[in-house]
Amino acid sequence: MNDLVLAAEGASADHTALAPLIIALPLASAFFLMLFGKRIDRLAGVIASGAIGGAFLASIITFGSVVAAGHEAAESHRFFDWITVGDFSVGFDLLVDQLSAVMLLVVTGVGTLIHVYSIGYMHGDARYSRFFAYLNLFVAFMLILVLAENLLLLFVGWEGVGLCSYLLIGFWFEKPSAADAAKKAFIVNRVGDFSFLLGIFLLVATVGSLSMVAINAEAGAMSAGVATAIALLLFGGATGKSAQIPLYVWLPDAMAGPTPVSALIHAATMVTAGVYMVARLSPVFEASGEVALLVVGVVGAATALWAAVMASFEYDIKKVLAYSTISQLGYMFLAQGAHAYSAGIFHLVTHAFFKALMFLGAGAVMHALAGEVDMRKMGGLRKAMPITGTTFLMGCLAISGIIPFAGFFSKDALLAAAWADGRYVLWAVGVLTAFLTAFYMFRLYFRVFEGPLKVPEGVHVHDVPPTMAAALIPLGILSVVGGVINLPGVLTLEHFLEPVVGEAQVPEGAIAWVLGGLAFVAGALGIALARAVYLSRASSLRRRKAYSRAPGLVDAARDKFYIDRIYGYGIVAPGKALSSYLANVFDPRYVDGIVTGTGRLVARASENLRGIQTGYVRNYALVFLSGAVVILVIQLVRVGL
Amino acid sequence: MEDLPVLDLVIFAPLAGILLLAFIPKERLDALRYVTLGVTLVTFVISLGVLGQFDPSAQEQFQLGSSLQWIPEWGIGYITGIDGVSLWMVMLTTFLMPLGVLASWSVTKRAKPYFIFFLALETGLLGVFVALDMFLFYLFWEASLVPMYFLIGMWGYGRRIYAAMKFFLFTLVGSLLMLVAIVYLYFQAPGGPTFSYVELLDTPLTLDVQRLLFLGFFASFAVKVPLVPLHTWLPDAHTEAPTAGSVLLAGVLLKLGAYGLIRFAIPLFPDAARDLAPIIVGLSIVGIIYGALIATMQRDLKRLVAYSSVAHLGFVTLGIFVGSVQGMSGGILQMVSHGLSSGALFMLVGALYDRRHSRQIADFGGLAKTVPVFAGIFLLVALSSLGLPGLSGFVGEFLILLGTFFTYRWWVVPAAFGVVLAAIYLLWSYQRVFHGEVTNEANRSLPDLNPRELAMLAPIVALIVFIGVYPKPFLERIEPSAQRVVDTFNRSTVRPETASVQGGGK
Repeated sequence: MNDLVLAAEGASADHTALAPLIIALPLASAFFLMLFGKRIDRLAGVIASGAIGGAFLASIITFGSVVAAGHEAAESHRFFDWITVGDFSVGFDLLVDQLSAVMLLVVTGVGTLIHVYSIGYMHGDARYSRFFAYLNLFVAFMLILVLAENLLLLFVGWEGVGLCSYLLIGFWFEKPSAADAAKKAFIVNRVGDFSFLLGIFLLVATVGSLSMVAINAEAGAMSAGVATAIALLLFGGATGKSAQIPLYVWLPDAMAGPTPVSALIHAATMVTAGVYMVARLSPVFEASGEVALLVVGVVGAATALWAAVMASFEYDIKKVLAYSTISQLGYMFLAQGAHAYSAGIFHLVTHAFFKALMFLGAGAVMHALAGEVDMRKMGGLRKAMPITGTTFLMGCLAISGIIPFAGFFSKDALLAAAWADGRYVLWAVGVLTAFLTAFYMFRLYFRVFEGPLKVPEGVHVHDVPPTMAAALIPLGILSVVGGVINLPGVLTLEHFLEPVVGEAQVPEGAIAWVLGGLAFVAGALGIALARAVYLSRASSLRRRKAYSRAPGLVDAARDKFYIDRIYGYGIVAPGKALSSYLANVFDPRYVDGIVTGTGRLVARASENLRGIQTGYVRNYALVFLSGAVVILVIQLVRVGL
Repeated sequence: MEDLPVLDLVIFAPLAGILLLAFIPKERLDALRYVTLGVTLVTFVISLGVLGQFDPSAQEQFQLGSSLQWIPEWGIGYITGIDGVSLWMVMLTTFLMPLGVLASWSVTKRAKPYFIFFLALETGLLGVFVALDMFLFYLFWEASLVPMYFLIGMWGYGRRIYAAMKFFLFTLVGSLLMLVAIVYLYFQAPGGPTFSYVELLDTPLTLDVQRLLFLGFFASFAVKVPLVPLHTWLPDAHTEAPTAGSVLLAGVLLKLGAYGLIRFAIPLFPDAARDLAPIIVGLSIVGIIYGALIATMQRDLKRLVAYSSVAHLGFVTLGIFVGSVQGMSGGILQMVSHGLSSGALFMLVGALYDRRHSRQIADFGGLAKTVPVFAGIFLLVALSSLGLPGLSGFVGEFLILLGTFFTYRWWVVPAAFGVVLAAIYLLWSYQRVFHGEVTNEANRSLPDLNPRELAMLAPIVALIVFIGVYPKPFLERIEPSAQRVVDTFNRSTVRPETASVQGGGK
């Protein structure tokens, strides 16, 4: 299997050459800012953005050479040994192929825009340079994740982005809610990583290597049972990082972090790591027969619907977007469960555009309204903030799947793939979710941006400063036209990714048009409903009526269907009680009591019942000697016998 | 240079330092500190010579040693030498010692005997790691016990007498059982009574006898490690010991037990070791979970770190007894990593105590705002301790768990869950100490780390990152020695499932 790597290496130009630089730029900048950030203060944002910008340029060049290399572009290189013991060996191995090249562009491209945006957004924060250091560090780990040629190096990036997520969610650690959310995010992700780690062990035992190329080459030879176990264990990790049922609970809380963090980490990049990982190891998921993929698809569809329902009842604009992100990630897994890995990646890319855009737009609103996040206190902002309002509308149209915005193409592609694979139930759930998505997104949009102007008291509304506009406008444009990257006959992302993830089944002819039309109609209906409930004159009456019909259900939804409480009472509380018992009763009383008691007895006996407090060391010498004598006597008796 | 007995120089340099200290009047505090610092630094530099001369690809098992007759009529010799295991234990000791001196600045009462005990401890510890004569080993083993007893008992806090006594009592009972086993073994040597380790390696023993002797050694080592349920001396000793005492206790003394298992208990009694391995593996896994659960609920930071040591050393003994080279190598590397991270954590808690005279978590909160550098270093060390990839703690734990999976399969599930628990107790306590608003007025004006404290923490932090990113220089020296012990361990039985797994190629 090493031959494959070699063959790939020999095939084409050296496009791993820039890979270490792409990682090193943000990493070096992060260390520099960590050590000297305080002194350069305002320059920190510029340096950090420059580092990511440089990585973006290098990524473009790398992407270009991958495109030029054609089908056989995959190339990997070991830069140094990391852990080698016995037959097990992993190194700092980077892999550049079509999939990682696409991810490079998304991470560094969106990353650059969000860094620039943060210059304005974080202006005046007491830990300004620290923020950029963490943001740079995050990008460096994310790049390690997407460039890793072995699963353990991917795991370095995987946990590294988790660390940065922890640092940035808890960036304003003075707020208890932020500190809680940071800890929760890390620990919930650790639970997922525990599963991921078990998957890694099983892979080493099965394949003997963690090289992606080797794993994918060997996947076909695995028994379905082993492949299923590996796939599900790895997917367990993905449910943590990519916030799927049952481990999604950390992501809504993570909104306590600064908004650019939510845009970059908790929407565009980090949370997509699970989707990327599944695509990267698609042969393993394929080798499992249908079981693992069915789990992936069902979890994805269920999460998509579940989170969309939650989003429909949330009043915090950032949390609406957080649930929306969870829901959209569910879509990506739904596609992957139907063998449509490239459709999943396609949606990952367009989602990165429009969701980053909407988070940054929400940040602009908070910026203008002195940190307010409750949409009930907002209204009619589009007139006061035209750039923010207009770009936000682009994002809403894109996510709602309206032709010709970016989201239409990617959502259509993945729903069509589910249909083509015969997953009709999942397809139906997807269409229902599309309807809900448009509803909750426009519920937010109408409440915040349309209708009469409404702002918290004493706030003077202003639109975004230039650095923030510089991020909103390109992302707005991408949300409109981003679909072209997979437009038949123009550019085809799916075809481009084929060498890595294989070919997906797509419906042909009339059925394709019908499916696309249905997805569109679902979105349009959702918008119409939102308009009827939130923008028309009778809207508040209608809402009250709807509430009176099922108050319990609405209250339950607003309390997140009690999931956090169930986890609290079901897992956290018993765990604490057990720990408390062990720490305060069991260990001191029983374990220590018995062991010390036995020891004391021995000591008492050997010290001829003298108190142990006095002259202890002298006694010790005595015991030492008497012990030796006893042994000698025993020996002599033995020899004598 | 080649002919210089560097290894023996390293062992006795601290003893020579004691002679120097003897000439310094006891009220000259600074002179005592700096001379001790100088002696430990010189010792460290000499040990770098050992590291430089160590040949990772050497054929013979032990290097750089001496072999002198001492009491030939009793078969006692001065025999020393190191392999890839003891090399890193020696380096860890000489590395932590100067940092321990820097952590002893707050010792102002009876400083002279303090530093004398300190240097005596270093020679004792180093002697244990290099001795290849059982009598010499036992001598050093007991010799390292006495200075630590006094360091805790005379310079400790609160219930120091109780803690020192408990430490002594536990270790003593274990040591005596080991002594019995050593003396028995002495008479069984194939070539006539001898204490020479290498000669004793080939002693033919029945499984029953092996078991008894193994348990004799094991009693001593398991207390030191400590393996649950013999761990209860540790939280008390750690909590009451002076900062440098805790640093060395966690950093080096606990490693004596694990080292003893690798060097003596397994190679001398391989059949018994293999026979009893499942029990020890089980106890190790219990230790991982149990230590972590108890750490979660501690209110005193030192006790928290102490219980985390129980969990981490559980990983070490797990790696040692699973019978795969990955597990063994990981266990040895984990010994180094734990020495660094727990040493640093005790230094940090000590620095906090120096400022606030409290170690109670509840007395703190919001410190990340008042002492950001302190908070940053604390976090980095905690992250290594909880096994974040890219820092040293991960490499060892990963190899241990991988090795466990090779031979014990699903036993790895509870062991790996320890990694989740580590995140819980470390991040929860971190949050309570460093996050939130400053609620206690006394914490508002805390000074951040001073240059001396930075000087003692920076080398550890650098090494934690280095080992995390590039453990190769460590692993390539550890592996041949680890392989040798594993081969002995697996010698007479065939484990087909292991063979097929490890022969899978890459």
